[in-house]
Amino acid sequence: MSHHEHIENRDLHRKLVRKLVLLAVGMFGFGFALWPLYNVFCDLTGFGGRGVQVVENVGVIEPSDRQIKIRFDANVNSGLPWVFQAKEKSAMVSLGKMSEALYLAMNPTDEAIVGQATYNVTPPEASLYFVKTECFCFTQQLLQGNESREMPVYYFIQADLPEYIKEITLSYTFFRIANADAVALNSGKAFSAGAVLNNSQ
Amino acid sequence: MSKQNTHSHANAHDHQDHKPTGFVNRWLFTTNHKDIGTLYLILALVMFFFGGAMAMIIRAELFMPGLQLVEPDFFNQMTTMHALIMIFGAVMPAWVGLANWMIPMMIGAPDMALPRLNNWSFWILPFAFAMLISTLFMDSGGPAAGWTMYPPLSLQGGQSFAFVVFSIHMMGISSIMGSINIIATIMNMRAPGMTLLRMPLFVWTWLITAFLLIAVMPVLAGAVTMLLTDHFFATSFFNAAGGGDPVMFQHIFWFFGHPEVYILILPAFGVVSEIIPTFARKPLFGYSAMVYATASIAFLSFIVWAHHMFTVGMPLTAGLFFMYATMLIAVPTGVKIFNWVSTMWKGSMSFETPMLFALGFVVLFTIGGLSGLMLALASVDLQYHDSYFVVAHFHYVLVPGSIFALMAGTYYWLPKWTGRMYSEKWGKIHFWLSAISVNILFFPQHYLGLAGMPRRIPDYSTQFTDFNMISSIGGFIFGASQLIFLGVIIHCVYQSRKPASSRVWEGAKGLEWTLSSPPPYHSFNTPPVIDATTIAHAEGTY
Repeated sequence: MSHHEHIENRDLHRKLVRKLVLLAVGMFGFGFALWPLYNVFCDLTGFGGRGVQVVENVGVIEPSDRQIKIRFDANVNSGLPWVFQAKEKSAMVSLGKMSEALYLAMNPTDEAIVGQATYNVTPPEASLYFVKTECFCFTQQLLQGNESREMPVYYFIQADLPEYIKEITLSYTFFRIANADAVALNSGKAFSAGAVLNNSQ
Repeated sequence: MSKQNTHSHANAHDHQDHKPTGFVNRWLFTTNHKDIGTLYLILALVMFFFGGAMAMIIRAELFMPGLQLVEPDFFNQMTTMHALIMIFGAVMPAWVGLANWMIPMMIGAPDMALPRLNNWSFWILPFAFAMLISTLFMDSGGPAAGWTMYPPLSLQGGQSFAFVVFSIHMMGISSIMGSINIIATIMNMRAPGMTLLRMPLFVWTWLITAFLLIAVMPVLAGAVTMLLTDHFFATSFFNAAGGGDPVMFQHIFWFFGHPEVYILILPAFGVVSEIIPTFARKPLFGYSAMVYATASIAFLSFIVWAHHMFTVGMPLTAGLFFMYATMLIAVPTGVKIFNWVSTMWKGSMSFETPMLFALGFVVLFTIGGLSGLMLALASVDLQYHDSYFVVAHFHYVLVPGSIFALMAGTYYWLPKWTGRMYSEKWGKIHFWLSAISVNILFFPQHYLGLAGMPRRIPDYSTQFTDFNMISSIGGFIFGASQLIFLGVIIHCVYQSRKPASSRVWEGAKGLEWTLSSPPPYHSFNTPPVIDATTIAHAEGTY
């Protein structure tokens, strides 16, 4: 190919390279866009087990004769020196009936510590039919040294839960909110978690 | 072209075999596709032995149960670094090296489209790998959470994690620039008459691979950037305590990761599709089917990622979708295998070293493909996941898959590059030792995995001892055999006295064989003749 054709090629190359660079940059952006897309997808489908609805005022709940087994699971992240367990391992509940589950958390250390629980429902699609009205996971929890406390969850399962789901596991994991400890010590009480935990419901 | 004579002064350097003088000018500042190809191939070979040495440490530790040689943390660094070095340092640069050397010669172009970008793409890499390898000598050690870098484990590493992330960024930038160059070369620099459906399959597979690279390397860059900010800047993309989801990392990673494994294997399909017709002395069976099969595999690679993570739990419909989509890939892959076999059918076959490696590829890659189908089954994957069965599977598709194809390509084109024949005897010894030992190395790992041995673990229960010993012995033989490969190459480059003809192989077709061996520093300054006498697929549409 002659010198002249090389120069003529430059325009061709430039156009193509511009498109390809745009594709690469676009895909870099797409990588980050996957994060909100994933969260939207999970909210819509229950994928990930975090599609639980939160309502403050329960209107009329459709009652049902069907009962299913709910299992309660409790975990503590290794960074948080608490003891945390469910009072009951499982319970039979009627669909559409408001129920209460009790968890027990204890801080065996001498210092005040702030923790925050995250939740997960298995099977994931069941989370779409899980409705909470009140939960200790909505806010950060402060436990003074050697304090223990019962932590309730008020919930019901919608009556239109698919037939093939026979059992639901509700799982919590407590994490330490390290930068909140100092604030907690000063103010003496836990504060709203909304700012820190954008996914809590 | 007539213009050459009238402008001989302006472009005299284009038409003579003048190489730049001096080591720095010739290699550091080179913009020549052949020199850059050589640099890539040398880097890949060095990294192959570096990553191979790590594999030897792994197999030595696993020779017996109990901890003998290394600390568990160092063992984890070895498995992680072995994977990163082999994937990003050995296989990918080797393919880019082959692309640099062969694509301009195969399509009748004088050089790559963007020679200076080409130089930059290569010279980023030695710095990237120096940075990655330097983490082994830092206080917090090298990355030890596996090459997949799943959080939260990967976020629990030390400060050296930043070096790992930046080195991955550099590798990504290098791959993207290399791919842009390859696409621009193929789209704009083909000689007149070299239509798309007349291109050699190696060019086709690389064109598709380059698009895959541009599509997914930025996604990996995004994922590791999010890890970086989670680790150092208190963001919570993947941190459950802050509302993030570690499972999401797995989705983003494998959205990159599955196309990535096809990036490693598609050029291998191309090389094998060049070699088998040459030594079967028959045109490739189903040329256009091969092109469409490659494109189908590339498309499907974007919608199957979650088969790497069935065990995280997903709705039944999602599991079924990813399972069936994955199994669908067996169709275009099967088309390829049948086309290679049909090419050989009633051919006048001869079994020189490149052909042996290509045949080894077809047989052993198929075994790896079949264990891949087993892993695709959502229901049974729950047992196979993270076991040695997975290790056996991906090593079958990568070692006697990609690496054998790379070796086949090296033996096939080495006489063209150097102008001298390599030692056929030692090439064959290298093949048979490699082909036998690679099976001793990886086949027992299927059994280990099915029996329940987890991967990425330095110690194991005593019932796994025998198979691990066999596997390690195979590993040592395989490792040692590769020194023969090194010897054959060094002998061919510096010692061999047997000159190679232009065509080198009796049945070879393609523009690269119309050039002298070795080819001139600047090839195809005038457009080559393109018809049935020079290229393999001249009957293609215009």
